[in-house]
Amino acid sequence: MILQALFPRDIFAELERLQRDMQQNFDVYPNIRGRARGNYPALNVGGTAQSVDIYAFAPGLDPARIDVQLEKGVLTIAGERPREQPAEQATVHIDERFAGRFRRVVNLPEDIDPDTVQARYTDGVLHVSVQRRQAAQTRRIPID
Amino acid sequence: MNDTTRISNERRAQREENALLPPVNVCEDATGITLTADLPGVTREHLSLQIDADSLTIEGEITLRLPDDMAASHAEVALPSYRRVFTLSKELDPDRISAEFRQGVLTLRIPKAPHAQPRRIEVQAH
Repeated sequence: MILQALFPRDIFAELERLQRDMQQNFDVYPNIRGRARGNYPALNVGGTAQSVDIYAFAPGLDPARIDVQLEKGVLTIAGERPREQPAEQATVHIDERFAGRFRRVVNLPEDIDPDTVQARYTDGVLHVSVQRRQAAQTRRIPID
Repeated sequence: MNDTTRISNERRAQREENALLPPVNVCEDATGITLTADLPGVTREHLSLQIDADSLTIEGEITLRLPDDMAASHAEVALPSYRRVFTLSKELDPDRISAEFRQGVLTLRIPKAPHAQPRRIEVQAH
């Protein structure tokens, strides 16, 4: 059983992970589509007065095979991260990384201009940026 | 303990509290161990690998180019850095670790010392 002891699991790290998983499961999630299994890719969404920005933390993908679609204000990020086949005679000690197909869906605000969407993949993060329509930006209304 | 070590210990404690735990895969074969870790958003310059006595520390800072006036509306990645520590065992050879980092995935190969590799022992029959 020496093999098992090579990378002893850090009990505190495990507890932290467990706590985080539970937190995620108990979170009241307003989105009807919920949260993806294994939370891959994790999403951060932010915006400025001019744009809406989505950051998908999706490491280890071929950018050519990420499917990004924007339809009727709904952004879909889909793809597949292939499972690594361990070499023959190899022992898997820890297997935590996500493998398989994924799909994450984000509702975007109504004021976006779908023609301006841009996507870029760097350091394992997919950044999708959509400009807001000019008319939607705050305007000062003159009073006669 | 002088002031410098106290400060660095405090910093380390702070970092330990405020870091994400990156998911890893660890696979072992006859000649060594392969560790892969997901560290999206970390550039090569902001990745740090340290071997200290018999522990391996993986640390990375997330660097995203954000506009100055960005307001977050939803964040699943809520901390700016990753950190994870592993204990290495004696038969591994930390001097010959090789690392590759591509699109947020770190791959480490930790070979076993030659004397630790399995040998077939002949059973003598009399």
